[in-house]
Amino acid sequence: MTDPLPWLIVLPLAWGALAFLLGPGRGGALAIAGLAVQTGLALILAGQVLATGVRVHPVGGWGAPLGIDLAVDGLSAVMLLLTQGVALVLAIYARSYFAGARPEGFWPLLGFLLAALNALFVSADLFNLYVTLELLTLAAVGLVAQGGGAAQASAALRYLLVSLAASGVYLLGVALIYATYGTVSLATLAPLINGDAPLAVWLATGLVGVALLAKTALFPFHFWLPPAHGAAAAPVSALLSALVVKASFYLLLRLWLGVFAPFTVAAGWVLAGLGAAAILWGSWQAIHARRIKLLVAWSTVAQLGYLFLIFPLLGSTALALQAGIMQAVSHGLAKAAMFAAAGIFLKATGRDEVDSLAGVAGRLPLTLFAFALAGVTLMGLPPSGGFLAKWLLIDAALEARLWPLAAVVISGGLLAAVYVFRVLRQAFLLAPDDSHFHPVPRSMEWAAFALAAASVALGLRGVELLQLLAVGRVT
Amino acid sequence: MTPGLLYALAGVALFVLGLGAMLLPGPVLRRILGFNVMGSGAFLVLVGLAQRAGGVDPVPQAMVLTGIVVALAATALALALARRQEQADD
Amino acid sequence: MTLHEALPLAVLASSLVPGLIIFALPETWVGVRTALNLLGAFLKLALVGVLLAGVSAGQDYGFRHEVLPGLELVFKADALALLYMALSTVLWLFTTLYAIGYLEGSPHRSRFFGFFSLCVTATMGIAMAGNLFTFFMFYELLTLATFPLVVHRGTPQAMKGGMIYLAYTLGGGALLLVGIVWLHALAGTADFTHGGYLAALGEAHAGALQIAFLLLIAGVGVKAAIVPLHGWLPQAMVAPAPVSALLHAVAVVKAGAFGVVRIVYEVYGAGFAEFLELLAPLAVVASVTIVWGSWRALFQDDLKKRLAYSTVSQVSYIVLGVALFGPVGAIGGLVHLVHQGIMKITLFFCAGNYAETLGIHKVSQMDGAGRRMPLTTLAFSIAALGMMGAPLTAGAVSKAWLMDGAQAAGMGWAIWVLWTSSLLNAVYFLPILWRAWRQPAPAAWPEEHIPAQGRRETAWLLLLPPLFTAAAVLVAGLYAGESWSPLAWAQIIAEREYGSWAP
Repeated sequence: MTDPLPWLIVLPLAWGALAFLLGPGRGGALAIAGLAVQTGLALILAGQVLATGVRVHPVGGWGAPLGIDLAVDGLSAVMLLLTQGVALVLAIYARSYFAGARPEGFWPLLGFLLAALNALFVSADLFNLYVTLELLTLAAVGLVAQGGGAAQASAALRYLLVSLAASGVYLLGVALIYATYGTVSLATLAPLINGDAPLAVWLATGLVGVALLAKTALFPFHFWLPPAHGAAAAPVSALLSALVVKASFYLLLRLWLGVFAPFTVAAGWVLAGLGAAAILWGSWQAIHARRIKLLVAWSTVAQLGYLFLIFPLLGSTALALQAGIMQAVSHGLAKAAMFAAAGIFLKATGRDEVDSLAGVAGRLPLTLFAFALAGVTLMGLPPSGGFLAKWLLIDAALEARLWPLAAVVISGGLLAAVYVFRVLRQAFLLAPDDSHFHPVPRSMEWAAFALAAASVALGLRGVELLQLLAVGRVT
Repeated sequence: MTPGLLYALAGVALFVLGLGAMLLPGPVLRRILGFNVMGSGAFLVLVGLAQRAGGVDPVPQAMVLTGIVVALAATALALALARRQEQADD
Repeated sequence: MTLHEALPLAVLASSLVPGLIIFALPETWVGVRTALNLLGAFLKLALVGVLLAGVSAGQDYGFRHEVLPGLELVFKADALALLYMALSTVLWLFTTLYAIGYLEGSPHRSRFFGFFSLCVTATMGIAMAGNLFTFFMFYELLTLATFPLVVHRGTPQAMKGGMIYLAYTLGGGALLLVGIVWLHALAGTADFTHGGYLAALGEAHAGALQIAFLLLIAGVGVKAAIVPLHGWLPQAMVAPAPVSALLHAVAVVKAGAFGVVRIVYEVYGAGFAEFLELLAPLAVVASVTIVWGSWRALFQDDLKKRLAYSTVSQVSYIVLGVALFGPVGAIGGLVHLVHQGIMKITLFFCAGNYAETLGIHKVSQMDGAGRRMPLTTLAFSIAALGMMGAPLTAGAVSKAWLMDGAQAAGMGWAIWVLWTSSLLNAVYFLPILWRAWRQPAPAAWPEEHIPAQGRRETAWLLLLPPLFTAAAVLVAGLYAGESWSPLAWAQIIAEREYGSWAP
């Protein structure tokens, strides 16, 4: 039985390249077929991980330290499942979304994006992670620039420059680590790094940490995200908010739990503080945003803040990691649904303002329902994955006696309610008579609904996800 | 001071210069060039520290080669975007 | 899955499935929609009947589902659940009929009945919740499902009322969640148990348990309209009359009161709550609410707002009953849950009739209404007399038991509170009755939408529900001693909670 692991990287590269050869806008069916296979592979891989524990695959048969190792544990398996699942539904959505216009490079770039994501989630050494981060950045920036307008180009350029600066900082950190220990393999480094490490290693940790924070758009490095996610086409915004930002978060988490564990004591508080600031600032901006996509993008900034609240708690209880991953997965599903819904509203009315939704919402009940369900997850109301994440987070905070964290989580939920209902209330307002309405393909509405329903369904059964997460804790 | 350490220090200095050029407001081209300088600085650190007693360590050199390719692609993308932005502004 | 596991789920499904289908129905398919509504209502009635029979014979009905490690979704149809479920199911049937008549011809009916069904599903979930986690899940679901009903009309006033409603209920939900998770961190989330499960923690965590109690009561107290968390209720009167009837008699306020019952009796346990000195403050807060609500009702000219403040006052009778330590007070509070429900829904049905038929929204417009709409006003009068605690009505029964309970618990001052409230009730209801029956009718009604046709004063669908519920008010009062009355069921519950007691 061939190992599904390398296929998860090779397959999207292959269909991405094929899509490029097919010509602009022609790769949709190929992408969907490829993604379907990838989803199956991810499921098989998850099953294998549950059964036999951590799996390692040396690429080309050459293992570390000279070769490249790929490793999958529970955390990687969860992220792989999230990525394939969300990307598959978004691909179906995007095919209808781009039906009229021909996007020059959407499908090939999607393939490369997925290859980069999959490779990132299974890489086991620091330099390979650098390469995958770069590939991810280039693909994501290309996707943002699709559509050719000035807004897209400048948002993409800003995103690119910030990302490249961050990657450069990361690379310097990797260089310093290699200089000290002579290896970049995570498995080898973990036992070597302890509290007595030389200054260079402390510096390297700081550099790598800051780089990843900038890529995850944690306050105050968040400034590139709202323009990029707000200006891009809806399927692209969905991919970025749901998946791409999670990649750097995943990396930070893995390094935090693994090689950099000895250095994390004080830094946890800084991250939680910045996370709280992100929640408050992001929610505030979302409440006052005029355009829907900008509202949803600022919501991403706020929701990412939740992910950083877990860092002071990671040492003391297993609940914190569970809370963080539950939040990452639920947010991924819900945010993808929300951007998909926003895209549908845009297609139907041609206008992007929150205030222009009155009346149209009545013509698109399924989309509105999808938006509402996604909003339920973001608010952390039951039943939803977001609620389970909130529960776990408050539980972890109370167990560790960190009341302020619990208060921040609660406030975040209430603030989210303000901006979610800002949009939803439009549906109940009496409709003005002059609405130009273009019909929207049902597949788009069902795609948005499927993603939102998944985030709610997760709220009814989180046991399996957490079981998978618990498998192995490879560095 | 070994030659390796000298290269490494020079690399750090270039890195800081390049990062500064990227962060400070200015023309786009300067920021892209800053990125290249920054990258070269990081590569110098890697290469400079690749001296080992008894010879050269091939692994950092491999990393640098990879890094150069990536930086090339990134620079190309950045230039294309900068050009498109300029065209859109006109 | 055994029958005992399937029945609770079937009860939920009997309103959830029709509700989801109704959402998808085109606006013009009135017949299909009505059929689905009634099918769901009657099916649920049948299922609840089966459960009632089973539970009184001592059977167990429940369902468990693991959501997170150590955290389960638990449904348990026990005697207390069935008290609430039976009330909700019967009144939902009447409200559905009333709503079909009331909303005839108005827009967005599919949306309305869809969310209406979701509300009832949430109510059933709250009733059958077997632990705090499940309770919270359906409690918040109720908030989400009722919001669209409050803002149904889509006017700026409706939107404002809805936003205030959300602010209060979501805020209350947040407090409730913190309390629940805190208890979970302290003691795990055990099933609701007769006599509570926190007593095992003993004195060690007394301070934490007291604060957690405060958070929990504040959380459910928003929906139960306990002062000072009651501000949303008068604002929510912008909703159509069927929604106000549902919110006040059945769904939202009773959910809050039900939450108080569960928390005091089956999480903390009456004895442990008394030990932690929680019951006396609760009784004081309830008493303040009772008097304040009645006082404010005096000054409202808008009929629905007057009824809203009356609700604020009356629901705290239940909270007071719970806070009066001892089975007698418990019985008084529990039976009032049912009695207040049927009395208040009658009043709201009648208020809706006046508005829909004659355009009457204010007390000052009610002169001579009794001549024009005698049957409606008769129903209104019976219910109003019940609220005052007049003999032969259901209200008298609850009041008697509450007063006995206050005596038994050594809180004699509560008797004064109850008398004051009855007096105030009389002061704000009797003038309405006087105007309706004894004052001459005006030359023209504000807006006569439904002209009288012979003896028929308004549409049948609007007239019959309040007549039935008013009759129920009398029946519950006259036949309180029978074994099938709400009082008897309340006695069964109190017996199971407090162990054996001497009447």
